[in-house]
Amino acid sequence: MKLKELVKKIRSKNAGPFLLTIDIFCSNKKKFQMVVQNVTKIEISTLYKIPKEQINIFPIKNLNIVKITIPRPNIQGSSKDRDLHGASFGIILEELKIK
Amino acid sequence: MNIKVLVPTGALGITYCKKTLNKGLKEKPDIIVVDGGSTDSGPAYLGKGKSKYSRSSTKSEWKTLMIAREKLKIPLVIGSAGTCGTDKTVDWFLEITKELAKELNQNIKVTLLKCSQSKKVINKAFLSKNIFPLNNAPKISSKKIINCTNIVGLAGVEQITEAINTKADIIICGRSTDASLIASLPIMKGVDKAIAWHAGKIGECGAFCTTNPKSGVILISFEKNGFFIKPVSNNTKATPYTVSAHMVYENSNPFTLIEPGGLLDVKKAIYKKQKDGSVYVTGANWVEDNNYKIKLEGTKVVGYQSISIVLIRDESYVRRIKKWSKQIKNKVKKIIQNSLSLKKKNYEIQFRFVGKNATLGSLERKKVEPNEIGVLVVVTAEKQYECEEISKILNPLLLHHSLYNNRELPTFSFPLSPPSFKIGKKYEFCLNHIVKVENPMDIFKLEKYSI
Repeated sequence: MKLKELVKKIRSKNAGPFLLTIDIFCSNKKKFQMVVQNVTKIEISTLYKIPKEQINIFPIKNLNIVKITIPRPNIQGSSKDRDLHGASFGIILEELKIK
Repeated sequence: MNIKVLVPTGALGITYCKKTLNKGLKEKPDIIVVDGGSTDSGPAYLGKGKSKYSRSSTKSEWKTLMIAREKLKIPLVIGSAGTCGTDKTVDWFLEITKELAKELNQNIKVTLLKCSQSKKVINKAFLSKNIFPLNNAPKISSKKIINCTNIVGLAGVEQITEAINTKADIIICGRSTDASLIASLPIMKGVDKAIAWHAGKIGECGAFCTTNPKSGVILISFEKNGFFIKPVSNNTKATPYTVSAHMVYENSNPFTLIEPGGLLDVKKAIYKKQKDGSVYVTGANWVEDNNYKIKLEGTKVVGYQSISIVLIRDESYVRRIKKWSKQIKNKVKKIIQNSLSLKKKNYEIQFRFVGKNATLGSLERKKVEPNEIGVLVVVTAEKQYECEEISKILNPLLLHHSLYNNRELPTFSFPLSPPSFKIGKKYEFCLNHIVKVENPMDIFKLEKYSI
């Protein structure tokens, strides 16, 4: 199964110009636990080409949301940035295989 | 104690429902607060000191709020006026307010809270080691500070309180933290700081914390140790989920929020559903910072840009788009060197393939074979005329470059005339720092007007 088939929504947003934050919304505790187990710093590091030490993952139990905060791959609005509002970075996670 | 704060919308300029606003006014709020800005739309607004939203829509939405204020005789506050909240956009907003006061025949007192920073003062703070980097901040130097086009400091509760204390009818704030706009009056009236700041974060985007984000208007009702989030629109509810989930929104950490003067911690917050469709919130904690710090935002110019757009529909070229663009790049490199005497390090040409990987670039993992590709060519150089020269050198190649020998030249599709466009100065954010100050008002200014 792919992550996008498991979860309700994956949202990515800027958290200021220098950080990107991705929220994974799950419909129940079981799915939330599966996301917690599968979406690890190793996976994020590979998909976003970001060192593991710079990744923060916050499981938010009472909301069944997993939040991931990483440095923006390119600073918002810099010459190399292609996504001013950080709108599409969540899509990279959608294809992640869930074990 | 019961303090009511009315938030008409998440941002002035994106429209809100006037009917719902009028319903909210019937609840007799003590203040109307609205946010006017953010860095979320990119560095160009702070770079230029300009508003993202149209002047006419801003004026029309502000007009309704000015009428509402006159009716209730309560203060009306806008934060981060004109998107970036520089002194220039605050003055722009004052000009709109003056025009409206005349049109509406209102006699009003206006206080401006100015947040633009002197580069000299910020550099002095840097040299005396009073500036500290935040997470993932770029490196700074005196030269980089002096080269900023604009620097703003983010006002918090202390500065907005000073502005409210002037007893003005309308308060136009430069760059301010979203949460502080809502938190200021309740804190002045004795509401617990943690409660006020928590409500500030939850209510910052208006009805985003309800089941119907589009409805815009919310009312936040404060007691000393708790607050109610009350949606105003019909068929809209706040639930413990919609309210608590807003702590996650555009926030790097869902449990804590750093604000001027301290840190909000909501790990132990309690969200209780009420019978009337509102939610009652208690339990947050505020950790006061003994060293008062202000967040800074700054922009610099990194060059100039021009862009061209060409559409490739010939599938044999769609399949070889990388090779095609590489050959063009190599060809123009030689022409640029010979005719413009520009070395490769003095300019940059990016080819972005819309329909293939323009959004994610090297992070794109999906391989697709589209029918067509839009090629967005972005040229960056030190001078505008160099960008235009390079775009014009590129043009015949984008139109006719062939991958094959001994064949008639292909022709590709330009969707617009002229085929290339001047973007102007290219700005980048260059500060993600905080400055320590002795007194919260040290680097902010108040200006008072009677209109």
